[in-house]
Amino acid sequence: MATRKSAKKSNASADELKQFYYDMLLIRRFEEKAGQLYGMGLIGGFCHLYIGQEAVVVGLEAAAKDGDKRITTYRDHGHMLACGMDPNGVMAELAGREGGYSRGKGGSMHMFSKDKHFYGGHGIVGANVPLGAGLAFSDKYRGNDNVTFTYFGDGAANQGQVYETFNMAALWQLPVIFVIENNHYAMGTAQKRSTSSPDIYTRGEAFGIPGEAVDGMRVEEVKAAGEKATAHCRAGKGPYILEVKTYRYRGHSMSDPAKYRTREEVQKMRDEKDAIEHVRELLLKGKHASEADLKTIDKDIKSIVNTAAEFAKDSPEPAPAELWTDIYADA
Amino acid sequence: MPTEILMPALSPTMEEGTLAKWLVKEGDSVASGDIMAEIETDKATMEFEAVDEGTIGKILVPDGTEGVKVNTPIAVLLEEGESADDIASEAPAPAPEPGPQPIKAPAEAKTATGPASSAGQVPPAVEPDWPEGTEMEMQTVREALNAAMAEEMRRSEDVFIMGEEVAEYQGAYKITQNLLEEFSAKRVIDTPITEHGFAGIGVGAALGGLRPIVEFMTWNFAMQAIDQIINSAAKTLYMSGGQMGCPIVFRGPNGAAARVGAQHSQDYAAWYAQVPGLKVVMPYSASDAKGLLKSAIRDPNPVIFLENEILYGKSFEVPKLDDFTVPFGKARVWREGSDVTIVSFGIGMTYALEAADRLADEGISAEVIDLRTLRPLDYDTVLASVMKTNRCVTVEEGWPVASISNHLSATIMERAFDYLDAPVINCTGKDVPMPYAANLEKLALVTTDEVINAVKQVTYR
Repeated sequence: MATRKSAKKSNASADELKQFYYDMLLIRRFEEKAGQLYGMGLIGGFCHLYIGQEAVVVGLEAAAKDGDKRITTYRDHGHMLACGMDPNGVMAELAGREGGYSRGKGGSMHMFSKDKHFYGGHGIVGANVPLGAGLAFSDKYRGNDNVTFTYFGDGAANQGQVYETFNMAALWQLPVIFVIENNHYAMGTAQKRSTSSPDIYTRGEAFGIPGEAVDGMRVEEVKAAGEKATAHCRAGKGPYILEVKTYRYRGHSMSDPAKYRTREEVQKMRDEKDAIEHVRELLLKGKHASEADLKTIDKDIKSIVNTAAEFAKDSPEPAPAELWTDIYADA
Repeated sequence: MPTEILMPALSPTMEEGTLAKWLVKEGDSVASGDIMAEIETDKATMEFEAVDEGTIGKILVPDGTEGVKVNTPIAVLLEEGESADDIASEAPAPAPEPGPQPIKAPAEAKTATGPASSAGQVPPAVEPDWPEGTEMEMQTVREALNAAMAEEMRRSEDVFIMGEEVAEYQGAYKITQNLLEEFSAKRVIDTPITEHGFAGIGVGAALGGLRPIVEFMTWNFAMQAIDQIINSAAKTLYMSGGQMGCPIVFRGPNGAAARVGAQHSQDYAAWYAQVPGLKVVMPYSASDAKGLLKSAIRDPNPVIFLENEILYGKSFEVPKLDDFTVPFGKARVWREGSDVTIVSFGIGMTYALEAADRLADEGISAEVIDLRTLRPLDYDTVLASVMKTNRCVTVEEGWPVASISNHLSATIMERAFDYLDAPVINCTGKDVPMPYAANLEKLALVTTDEVINAVKQVTYR
């Protein structure tokens, strides 16, 4: 057992880099479109955009295998797209339409896909952490080698139930990867104002859970860390903690005035650390892709996102009778 | 003067126990802290220590005596200078008869055999939960709950139980006794004392397709976990557009036990019954405890199963059937009557049935309905009865504000207003935190007398 900062390494292949580029760009463009639709009143309520954090979920999905489960918080659009859920269904759900993953009854924060082993989409900070351990429990109970990626933020990392879960996950050797997406702000509270010790990846030490800090703006490093973590879990060695240091460019939600940080701070991250720009550079400098190749990808993605927006707009609102369905499963 | 050693109360709800074994004999000298006997309560076998120094002068209650009431003298301790002869000069202690005694039938068990057993009462016209002629056996609520879980765990590998002290300790209230032995530590899992965390892990396991039974040592502790119960378990099916159900049972003792104070004495029936997405069960009898728990474990939805510590040791008739289940949403009419409808559930039934018995002596015929499940709630049976009797009294242990009783009153007003000859009266626990003092605790709880008075009020007697 050890907690350490991960060693940098990049041995991603050209195809893999292209896939990373594609997946991350899809999330970014999708989120930009969602922000636009929110401004137009098509999306209501809370809407938490993932822009800036794309490398986290794309890198970890690259380390997942069929059968692995994932569960996250309310900043969930990126996770759904990365695990292969249909952008049309996600966007329609954001708009509260019948064509959405929850037929319009869940919204931005509450979508699920049994098919893709995506278990939500949870709105209570920290509450998805024991749920993730429970999903891992079900796999261990059945004796397979699936793992559960349980995503939460630096804010949730201060919740008591997280440590109750760490204890039981370690005690029962559950195959769960606790992915702490540290974007440095719990809503508007900077990490240093809310968190007594800055290295969240060491928080498992008391329970014997190994942890590792990862540069979350470098997708290939995230993937490498994810592979180590999944290997650990699949080998039956119990849980693993990844603190993935990332940054969200947008506000906590659409209604966030963002007075708690400077424009310069955000711009500096965009200029110096942007995850998509980094892969773009790797592709171009390594001559794995030409500007024209990347333009084609951009165009494809633009088309997917526009289609999703149109699908959402065209999808009808759920029928009034839907109010009374899905409260109970038939006994 | 020789000191009488009395049968000790070894749990908050213990009224009697078995003197399993004496570890000292007459003439032995004992010192404070020496173990003198093993005493079996309904929950566990406990060692009983001496608190004074002296010599055992006489053993009044021999090994193996069952049903020894708390505070019965069980032995006499002689101090220095006293002899066994001194005991003879004392008034003889009222020792119970030695040897195994039949289990004392508690007052409730009398009515538990069904409405037919009450003199002058017509057997209920309602459909019984088991076929006519089914062989019956006496079982405690505790045994019934235990049997229900064991049967369902045999039936499906996906069913497992987790909670504090459910495995090696055999259950804080012995509800999970012997399950570890039969089903192994994989399926009978002791948790740390972290309700919030293990409730969430249970919900996650249910989302993952297993069928967890999560035991809360008492429902009081589940307040730590209520977010997981409501936000994660109850709402997920709806939020997922029907994709992801949560088949889980949360169970444990609910309501007041005896003298355990404000933080350990609360009835959560009304809390959980308010939440769409949950099913809420609160059984009174052993047969309902068994049949409803089996249904709960098979149900694809989250079920809140509210038991009662005081009822755990009560015996009732339970049908001897291979697979006995009781459906949700069907009230049980315990006795038919024509003058007033008394509606209750859980331990409230104790007072409802006692009141009905005593009212019958005064010529008032009460129909007594046990709701059994609070969500779904069997409105039809209640309304049909009120339309017949034109009067209704509700009995509930919980607090009065926003109670199940209030909800029943409102429903009766909306749907049977023209049938009412008097306002509905709610007999509930008092609007206070539970006091510790014995007299105050009695005052805080609903009583049979209050139910009788309410019935007299609505019948204008």
